[in-house]
Amino acid sequence: MEPLSWGEIIVRILWQFTPVWISLIAVFALSITYKRRLGLYGKLFDSTIGMIGFALVMFWVFTGFYAAFDLIATHDPLAQASGMKNKVPGTFWDGAEDGQYAYYLLGGDNLARDVFSRMVKGATRVLMIAPLATIFAFMVGVTLGLPAGYFTGTAVQRGTVQYLLWALSAIAVLFVLITGGLASAITLAVVLALINFILTVTTLDTMLSFLSNLVLAFPVILLFYLLVTPEIVQTGIPSYMAVVLFVFPVVFFAVLFNSRFHTQPTKQRTYVGATIVIGVFLYACVISTPGTVIDFMPRSIDLVPMEPNLLVVFVSVVFVNSPTVFRIVRGLVLDIRTRDYVAAGQTRGESPWYIMLWEILPNARGPLIVDFCLRIGYTTILLGTLGFFGLGVSPESPDWGSTINEGRKLLSIFPHPALPPALALMSLVLGLNLLADGLREESLRD
Amino acid sequence: MGLFILRRLGVMILTALCLTFIVFFLTNLYPNLEKLAKSQGNNRMSDEQVASWLDRNGHLDPLLVKYGRWVGVLPGWTNTAEDGTMTGRCISPGMAPEDAPRFCGVIQGKWGYSTVFKEGAGEIVNRRLALTGKLMLWVMILMVPSALILGVLAGMREGSRTDRTLSTFSIASTATPEYVSGVIFIAVFASSAVGLKWFKGTATSAMDNATFENFFLPVLTIALYGMGYIARMTRASMTEVMTAQYIRTARLKGVSFPNIVMKHALRNALIAPFTVIMLQFPWLLNGVVIVESLFNYKGFGWTLVAAAGNNDIDLLLACSVVAVFVVLVTQLISDIGYVFLNPRIRIA
Repeated sequence: MEPLSWGEIIVRILWQFTPVWISLIAVFALSITYKRRLGLYGKLFDSTIGMIGFALVMFWVFTGFYAAFDLIATHDPLAQASGMKNKVPGTFWDGAEDGQYAYYLLGGDNLARDVFSRMVKGATRVLMIAPLATIFAFMVGVTLGLPAGYFTGTAVQRGTVQYLLWALSAIAVLFVLITGGLASAITLAVVLALINFILTVTTLDTMLSFLSNLVLAFPVILLFYLLVTPEIVQTGIPSYMAVVLFVFPVVFFAVLFNSRFHTQPTKQRTYVGATIVIGVFLYACVISTPGTVIDFMPRSIDLVPMEPNLLVVFVSVVFVNSPTVFRIVRGLVLDIRTRDYVAAGQTRGESPWYIMLWEILPNARGPLIVDFCLRIGYTTILLGTLGFFGLGVSPESPDWGSTINEGRKLLSIFPHPALPPALALMSLVLGLNLLADGLREESLRD
Repeated sequence: MGLFILRRLGVMILTALCLTFIVFFLTNLYPNLEKLAKSQGNNRMSDEQVASWLDRNGHLDPLLVKYGRWVGVLPGWTNTAEDGTMTGRCISPGMAPEDAPRFCGVIQGKWGYSTVFKEGAGEIVNRRLALTGKLMLWVMILMVPSALILGVLAGMREGSRTDRTLSTFSIASTATPEYVSGVIFIAVFASSAVGLKWFKGTATSAMDNATFENFFLPVLTIALYGMGYIARMTRASMTEVMTAQYIRTARLKGVSFPNIVMKHALRNALIAPFTVIMLQFPWLLNGVVIVESLFNYKGFGWTLVAAAGNNDIDLLLACSVVAVFVVLVTQLISDIGYVFLNPRIRIA
């Protein structure tokens, strides 16, 4: 059989995307019809740039969604077909059986896998990890940025809490003295005394800003190499980081409901109780990962059975992103806390956390939504970078960064395996940036 | 001003110490050391042999002591073997133990020894940094002027067609990471199978003899990603300046538009981009690592990847010191420069 011409390839690819086109048209038709009733989302359809961005993003969202149900890909992204190694786009596959697609639409890679299917399946991976990681980074950044911007006094006031901290430190040192030995006990005592001292003389803001600057001054690639290598994973450092980072969403929602229903004890108990029960369960599911040092959940009730590599990638991406979110939130809070409605809240006797979460945060939503869109794009780039250096989820995985990394080795002879994932990544990030730009423009208009 | 710089320097040194300590801690974790022992001794060492090798080479001392030695504030370890020969951190092969200095750390200019390249880490980083410096110089020469021109042209008349086109271009360039644009450029301009064959797909030959043909693609790849961001910042700052009162005054008294832009607006509009350009250095570092791996240009970024991939502890530490130093110094310059360039802060 003859290989397909470029025209035929394009037509066939467009045909493969049929469910995506239908969904896109449906979304746009509905949104444009009801755009006056849809708030900021509806206003997006007044700006051309915003609409283009939204279309690009939704294209990949739908592609990822349908690809998860095997609707778009023509082949199994991991299956290798004999004779299809490095074949050019549109090559006929003579080994195809009944019901199998007879062409490699975008050619085969150096392991004779279908490039088109890998690109489509990669969308599922990328669109699952990137937004989730961004949401987690936002939870961490918001939970830390709000108090850093809001509280002006020292982190720990002189009084009960201070004595409590010193007492706890003393107990810890005694415990180490009995179990560990003199040398480690002295080290611990010095460290804890220093921490307690710093807590009483500096503000929370100074401390957290210093920490976030520390992470920001770290070259991202070095950090990835240090966190993702098998030796470090073996010591469990990424797992311990997961233990710390994933607490924040639970804390965030618990505090959110606790402060909201402060005056309605029944509701407060139900909501906070439910959040803590569900949150802690999910938290345990996420941090307990088979094959790492923290693995305590029985398989049968572990709802989120992550691969160890995925957890590491996830943790490092959240870790890199959260300081920037922290700085943005802190800056916004510093600005908003001088407003009259905050003063009114304080006079009413609202608790600080109520003011932060229910007065300041909703009023900071505009810049945060815009940054959220940009940050998903940036996270996608980071994930690609990880894949590009072979530090990604797994070498087999069809995510775009890893595919580009594999394709670049033979790039000057066979450019076709690396180009589709590269263009896909670029169009998704471009879409997110345009969407953010459109949102910013429309939210500034009123 | 003096106090401000002094305080910034203090924070900077504290940050540098914290960061290098973190890198030191992560590279000196036991699994890494075990791998080092096996690659230096032999691959089939038993656990006891590994432990004794590490002990003989001073790797099992407390972390803070090791860090102090590496920095150069604590004396290096020495070890006397059963036959009386002395080995030590500061005793290089062929040197009499009596002549060896007591301290040999970063402060003394001793960066350690690369176990993969069989050379001092300091020398390697020096040589590779020079190569990366060449790359960065050309990146700056290409990126900064074109980004500023793009930004000024777009911000001159906000909302015009030029503005829309140029802004979209800047957005597109920030949305294209180096590994995407590099791959596209190689496929289009350098592929031996299809494409234009204008440039070379590797920059290995550019290390000795950089020509337009072998050096332009890597430079363009790095410059493009940073360009969009600087252009957008310049545009934002330019549009803000163009709505200022004094610009309106100038227009009303009849100054021509090119004169307004060149003489009145530009100087004030370039304050903000200066800090942005300085803060771009850490990101450029990222780009350098990607592009040097992609184009096989054996500069600093390539060395960093090689050191990290091969568990070359001393070299990786040296690389990270340089990287951290670059980031912190550019932050400092951007802060000082911002104060210095802005008359409102400088004179107040």
